[in-house]
Amino acid sequence: MLNLETGKYAFFVWSAYGITGAVFLILILSSLNHARRWKKKAQELAPK
Amino acid sequence: MLPAPAFLTNPERFMAFSRWAAPMFGAIALVLGLAGLWLGWTAPEDYQQGATVRILFIHIPAAWMSEFVYACLAVASLLALVFRHVLADCAAQAAAPLGAGFTVLALATGSLWGRPMWGTYWVWDARLTSVLALLLIYVAYMALRASIDDETKGARAAAILALVGAVNLPIIHYSVTWWNTLHQGPSVFRAGGSALAPVFFWPVILLVLAYMSAFGSLWLVRIRGEVWRRRAEAAALRAARA
Repeated sequence: MLNLETGKYAFFVWSAYGITGAVFLILILSSLNHARRWKKKAQELAPK
Repeated sequence: MLPAPAFLTNPERFMAFSRWAAPMFGAIALVLGLAGLWLGWTAPEDYQQGATVRILFIHIPAAWMSEFVYACLAVASLLALVFRHVLADCAAQAAAPLGAGFTVLALATGSLWGRPMWGTYWVWDARLTSVLALLLIYVAYMALRASIDDETKGARAAAILALVGAVNLPIIHYSVTWWNTLHQGPSVFRAGGSALAPVFFWPVILLVLAYMSAFGSLWLVRIRGEVWRRRAEAAALRAARA
């Protein structure tokens, strides 16, 4: 069974997981946005 | 050249391959990540570290990836310098922000583990300092590329910096052996077997594989973005000349 009890270390454990989630979210969103933005731009500028 | 890299040096083939490979690696990362987290959070607490052992499940993969991504960046930079291949340059450029992200995670999660276990968030020991140097090299690489208007010159300068910075990788790896550090020595893989009990070993391994797959997916996405950016800029230049 899951044991989410972290007792007196809660601040350290949940901060570490929170920062990890936030950094992954930033990396995923920035990567997808960068690719989407330039794909759209390349398609707009492509010779018809 | 090896068959697989040779296959991927063609931009059209790379775009066709990465179109399905990026989401596939992403899905693998999600499955492995959830499995690793499940195992990690169902494992008992460590008898000495208590619940802080759960920080190590995300710290060790981030630390390994910070070095692995830099190795990828250095190899791509070498290929870009030697063969002047555009895709290799795109790969190097795309790896830098991802590597910096993993290095930030390694330092932040390590600090959050260190405070309750060592009594301090930071010490200037050889391992921590060399990983901080790695982060600064990533930042310098990105800053150098961005600061030179001529993209070709910027790419070459950054590639040389990346190759020089690769000297830091063995320093990070062997820092805990060469110097007396507060950071513990090798514990996951070492001569004589892992120092980790199986209940802690397997979550670490699954999360290492999950991080690696996530990197594979995001790297491909970012390289695709770079290819489109260069196509868009080339098209804009052609239109301006017409």
